[in-house]
This record gives sequence, C-alpha cells and structure tokens, in this order.
Amino acid sequence: MNNKAMKKYFPVFVLPTLLAFTIGFIVPFCMGVYLSFCKFTTVTDAKFVGFSNYAKIFTEDGTFVHALWYTAAFTVVSVILINVIAFAVAMLLTKNIRGRNAFRTVFFMPNLIGGIILGYVWQLLLNGILMQFDRTLTYSSKYGFWGLVILMCWQQIGYMMIIYIAGIQNIPGDLIEAAQIDGANKRQLLKDVIIPMVMPSITICTFLTLTNSFKLFDQNLALTNGEPSNMSEMLALNIYNTFYGRTGWEGVGQAKAVIFFILVGVIAIVQNRLTRSKEVQQ
Amino acid sequence: MNKNVKHSGAWTVFFALLSIAYVFPIILVFINSFKKKAYISRKPFAIPKDKMFVGLDNYVKGIERTEYFEAFGWSLFITVFSVIAIILCTSMCAWYINRVINKTTKTIYYLCLFSMIVPFQMVMFTLSKIANMMKLNTPWGLIIIYLGYGAGLSVFMFSGFVKSIPIEIEEAAMIDGCTPIQTFFKVVFPVMKPTCVTVAILQTMWIWNDYLLPYLVLDIKKYKTIPIAIQYLRGGYGSIDMGAMMGVLVLSIIPIIIFYMFCQKYIIEGVVAGAVKG
Repeated sequence: MNNKAMKKYFPVFVLPTLLAFTIGFIVPFCMGVYLSFCKFTTVTDAKFVGFSNYAKIFTEDGTFVHALWYTAAFTVVSVILINVIAFAVAMLLTKNIRGRNAFRTVFFMPNLIGGIILGYVWQLLLNGILMQFDRTLTYSSKYGFWGLVILMCWQQIGYMMIIYIAGIQNIPGDLIEAAQIDGANKRQLLKDVIIPMVMPSITICTFLTLTNSFKLFDQNLALTNGEPSNMSEMLALNIYNTFYGRTGWEGVGQAKAVIFFILVGVIAIVQNRLTRSKEVQQ
Repeated sequence: MNKNVKHSGAWTVFFALLSIAYVFPIILVFINSFKKKAYISRKPFAIPKDKMFVGLDNYVKGIERTEYFEAFGWSLFITVFSVIAIILCTSMCAWYINRVINKTTKTIYYLCLFSMIVPFQMVMFTLSKIANMMKLNTPWGLIIIYLGYGAGLSVFMFSGFVKSIPIEIEEAAMIDGCTPIQTFFKVVFPVMKPTCVTVAILQTMWIWNDYLLPYLVLDIKKYKTIPIAIQYLRGGYGSIDMGAMMGVLVLSIIPIIIFYMFCQKYIIEGVVAGAVKG
C-alpha cells in the first residue's frame, strides 16, 4: 500500500473514532485511576490523599469484602451451571430431534431482553412462588442469590448453547466415525474426542459467562436491589452505591472500581491462559 | 434405527415441555398485565377474571406514568444512530490501522483491546462528569459516547476481518486511480458486510438494553430510554404500581420478540460469528 498517500487520510479514517474513544474511554479511565488517590465530590475539587481510599475499603467499610465473596460465589455457581447445562442441551439439540430449531429459537430468546426487564419479570415469578412459603426474595440474601442464579441461567443458557452448537457442528464427521470404529464407547467419545474438539467454544463460553456474572449489575439492581440491607449486593452494585449513596465517599468508590477492574483483568487473563492451553490442533 | 426414532420422539416431548416452562415467566407477566394491581402481588398465578380483570387499564397507566412512547422513541433513536456511527467510523478506523502500520496505529489497536476488559464501573463516574461538562448529556451526545465506549470491540472485530482481505484488490483499485476513500467504500466496505451484521447485532443488543450508561449520562428529566423508564417506575421506598409495571414490561418485551422473529437468522449467525472472533 502506498503509505504516503494514505497518511494524509488519517483525519478522515481514524480521527472520528479516536476522538470519541478519547472522550468515552481514555480520559475517563486515566482520570479514574488518578481520582482513586483523591478525595473529591466532583471532578474539579480533587485533593490528593494517597492510598487512604484503598485503606478505607478494608477498614471502615465492610460491605466491599462481603460483596466480593458474594460475587465470587455467584460467579462460580453460575459459570458451572450455565456451561454444563448449555453444553448438554447443545449435545441433544444437535441430534436428530424433531423441532430442534424451534427449541433453539425459544432458548435463545431471553438474551435479547434487557437485564432490568428480566429482573422485574423474575421478581414477580419468584416472589409468587416464595409467597406460598411466607417468604419474599428479600427475606434473606440466600433467596436473592439463588434467584439471581436462576435468572442468569435462564438468560444465558441459550446464548452459550448457540456457541456450543456451532462448535459441535464443526467437528468433522469422519473423526467421530473413526473413533467409533476404533471401539470408543459413548463416554470415551465425549471425553476424548468431542470435548477436546469443542475446547475453543468452551474457552469463549467460560470467558463470557465469567465476565458477565462478575460484572452483573442490571439484574441485581432490578431483582433485589441489594436487599436485605446490602446483603445481596454484588460488586458492581456495591461500587455504584458507594459513589451515589454516600456523599464524601466518591474517592472510595473510585478506589473500589480500580480494584474491580484489576480483578476482572486478572480473571480474564488467567482464564484465557488456562483454557487456551487445553485447545488442540485439528 | 427404529429405536433411534422412538428415542428422539421422547426428547421432542421433553424439550417441548421445557420450552413452555422457559417462556412461562413472560406469559405470567402477560397474564398479570390484565389484573387489578392489588391482586398482582397477592395472587400472581390466578387468571384475571371478574373483579380482578381490569382490561387495558394497566397499559394506559403504564404508558402515562413512563411516557412510554417517548422513551421508545429515544431508545430507537439512540440505538439506530449509535450503531450506524459505530459501524461506519470503526470500520474505517480498523481498515486504516491495519493498512498503515506505525507506532500510533499500533497503540490505538492495543488500547482498543485493553478497553474491552475494563468494566464500566471503572469509568462511570468520570465519564458522566465529562459528558456533563462537554454538554454531551443529550441523545445526540450519547451517540458519541457510545461510539467511544463501544469502539474497542468493534475495531477489534473489524480488524480481524481486514487482516483476511487480500491486499491485492485494494492495490489494484488504487492503481486504477481510486483515492483511499473511494477504495474503502467501493472495494473494502462491500466485502465487510458479514462483519457489519455481526457488529450491528452485538451493539444493538447492548445499546437497546443498556441501563446504567444512559442513566448516568443523559439529562433524565428530559430524556428517558425504556430501561430507565422502567426503573423509574419503581420510585422510592418500594412503592411500585405493579399494574403499570406489568403493562410496561409487556410493551417492552413485545417489540423485542417481533424483531427477533424477523431477524432470527441474522441474530444467531451474528452471535456465533462474534463469539468465534471474540
């Protein structure tokens, strides 16, 4: 490519995106990192205070640590449930079952509906069921926890199922035939042929479910709003409430956000390394 | 063989039942949208008849309270124009940074990758303050914010595709006297169509349903999107008008289902293509 001719066109091709990206991401991110070391109520009155915001998270404010464990537990449970069920459904719906396309369509549908709407839909259903036992979703954080797990499974299984189906359909048929001729039984076929072959799909699905669950906000807000007394609050909601619920704590909220970002980053990198290393060449 | 057919029949019944269970939460909301509000929390599973039945009252109230059609309009406006802006700008950007390779373009690419793992909470406070200061707290301004915040994923996906386009066809166009702009729109953009569909679907799903970003950026006294309008109904201290809520929930779900029925093929293909590259 003629580089000199192209260089003149930098403003046309790159500048609009770059400007918006600077306003929408680069500047807020850098300011965010800086402000986590400041005391402030708006952006303009920031005063540098060093690490005291970070210290406050673990000394004066116990909610963050609770939210962290709550989120971690929720993430582990939902990632396992969603992926196992989605994979099982995908295995069945790639078989010759009548109406399988209709079923795929139905299972995928909840993904298109937003978290806020889903939160209220499930609030009605789950409260209706719990009412038979004189309980509500906000009676204890356990109900909120399992309610959220059920909601997330319901929403995400279809999406992951679609990705697993694509992965399973990509396995060459003769590979499976060869294994069958060699006398592999069903369990061996699954363990030694199918799962290694769909490892790329597993990488993607665990990545998506991990980050989606860990960063969950809308559903948490609509379903329980952290009740009872912040016990069912996940990290994202906890950060939001620190920012907008307590004046003078904006710096602490920003420090929490930085920790949150580092956690998400570490999880994403570690997960990627782990599952990618298990992928096989076709 | 015979056994196999029988087997799949049982699975069909199983999945049919599961499908009904799957859509049940939505049907339940639909049923309750015709119920008098006092009965919704107390008897959510009862069929609305006689004194429980209120006709379309919940819908009328819901539309009035939330100014539903206005919210729908803003949601549509913001989603459509943000997605158009994202596709146009990021595809151009992705092509350029993959064809002119130097320090600047490499930095842009890696910053885009980086932005994909940064959670929104990290930038939410500063972003909303900046948007406020720059007077971007309108639906038009929000489009710029979406372009900026959504650029990471889109540039990444378009870059993946650009790398697979043979450079010869572009060089041929250039030799024939096309400027880079003509080359892009006449040669490159048309072959990018599948990626455009994928990006459009992923971004539409995100922007249409996004709650927190517009809530923090927009001047919500003047502009509301659908998720904001629904959350707004909740009001303070748990005083939800369940009737109006059910009506608005149904009204919000119906357009999505209609859209899904028409574009199902593209949506599912887009999701698969997006996942393979992501």
